[in-house]
Amino acid sequence: MGNSMGNFDKKVEVFIEEFIEHDGYKWVLEGLRNTLIIAVIGLIIGICIGTLIATVRVMPKYKRLPRILNSVCNVYVGFFRGTPIVVQLLLFYYVMLPLIGVKMTSVAVAVIVFGLNSGAYISEIMRAGILSVDSGQMEGGRAMGLSFSATMMMIVVPQAIKNILPTLGNEFIVLIKETSVVSFVGATDLYVAFNYMGSNSYEFMVPYLVMALIYIVLVFFISMLIKIMERSLRKGDKGIQSV
Amino acid sequence: MIKVSNLCKSFGELQVLKDISITINKGEKVVVLGPSGSGKSTFLRCLNCMEDPTSGSIIFHGEDLADMSVDINVHRQKIGMVFQHFNLFNNKTVIENIMLAPIYVAKQRARKAKRNKFFGKPYDESDLIPFAEKKEEIRQRAEYLLKQVNLESKADNYPAQLSGGQKQRVAIVRALCMNPDVMLFDEPTSALDPEMVGEVLEVMKKLALDGMTMVVVTHEMGFAREVADRIVFIDEGRIIEEGSPEEIFNDPKSERLKTFLAKVL
Ligand SMILES: Nc1ncnc2c1ncn2[C@@H]1O[C@H](COP(=O)(O)OP(=O)(O)O)[C@@H](O)[C@H]1O
Ligand SMILES: [Mg+2]
Repeated sequence: MGNSMGNFDKKVEVFIEEFIEHDGYKWVLEGLRNTLIIAVIGLIIGICIGTLIATVRVMPKYKRLPRILNSVCNVYVGFFRGTPIVVQLLLFYYVMLPLIGVKMTSVAVAVIVFGLNSGAYISEIMRAGILSVDSGQMEGGRAMGLSFSATMMMIVVPQAIKNILPTLGNEFIVLIKETSVVSFVGATDLYVAFNYMGSNSYEFMVPYLVMALIYIVLVFFISMLIKIMERSLRKGDKGIQSV
Repeated sequence: MIKVSNLCKSFGELQVLKDISITINKGEKVVVLGPSGSGKSTFLRCLNCMEDPTSGSIIFHGEDLADMSVDINVHRQKIGMVFQHFNLFNNKTVIENIMLAPIYVAKQRARKAKRNKFFGKPYDESDLIPFAEKKEEIRQRAEYLLKQVNLESKADNYPAQLSGGQKQRVAIVRALCMNPDVMLFDEPTSALDPEMVGEVLEVMKKLALDGMTMVVVTHEMGFAREVADRIVFIDEGRIIEEGSPEEIFNDPKSERLKTFLAKVL
């Protein structure tokens, strides 16, 4: 027991040396930055795409254009929900980019693919959110002479987002964790950073423990943030006075 | 003001409105009566095409609203509508509720005027005054109207913090702030607790005295008798009888109207 603890102390020492003296911290910072960039921008893109798709989904369907748009959305959502995100990353990076002859950093590719992917998932969340808003809200706006899209953006979607905020938060946490696959296209994320430190010192135990810890702390902070946002968005509800 | 000719409306197989023709004149107060499910709401909602008529025409400002090619939003801005369930925007404060549509319209008109100016087409100079000024103008009008219904202290509250009667008064103000040419009311007091019905009817009576053109679906017979210039009785999607309050209440002709009045009076 004492022996293995001493062993562990040694491992920690090796890790600290690796982290501070062999530039491990630079890798970790870069990995952390990329993880956050990919998850945050991906989420923002996803919310925009998801809102657009959800809006098409709930549009009245007796004209031709909404019906065509709806079919396009079906294909889109079907593809991104029907294939693993690793496959999407690989397809985008190794098939699509060479085909259209565009050069892009692997982080940019990851941002785009994560955005497109979460757009498909968020569209379903957002649709449920929009349907949870009383139809009288849309009526009230339309009767005042606001267009469908203006009423949607100013009245319905803000209320829908309030209703789905916990679910959106979950989606963000899922995104953060899923970014650990971007090393497939050569982007540095937390996994790559700690893996690098491990291979340098032939010692993986502590790096992977610290990696897990960082993910846990990240997710904890995000959960807190969501709670705070929820509370401030609830000001329009009964009982809570906005002083 | 509004001329309805041969209006029919079906939901799938169900024909709800059958060949309704009626002209609503400027300044006139028309009260629509009828049993529940007779098509009163559908009729009212066809007037601003919240429901698209199946056939027939609705002439407003010289244009047929039933024609799918007219810009319905522009016309709706001049037709105020008040709902049974208020439909205030829950994510906006009272004052924001009132100012939202006028600001939207002002922005739209400014954009259009700029475009027309750029292309050398005619435009309205008043649409191009600075936005901050325009917004202030709208705010003052909103505050003035709120004061008219004694709710100036609630300007920064959210709808969820208001009573039903207060919500409905805000809804009326919200519609009025657009300077509508006609106001449609669909059972504005039916969702209210009895003690709040009076305050809303009071506002509506004031509006009537001010000369507003009004079409009101209601079960408040006292209001109908006092305010209506003309009462229209609808049953099973047809206009069965219309006339002045005296004619309708004191001398009903049709059997159906007599039965209806016997039930509600
Ligand atoms: N959107 C709709 N879809 C199908 N049926 C409807 C719809 N709106 C109203 N109806 C039907 O039309 C009839 C008339 O309804 P309505 O105009 O609301 O009557 P009222 O307002 O006089 O009570 C009712 O039978 C109702 O079920
Ligand atoms: Mg009704």
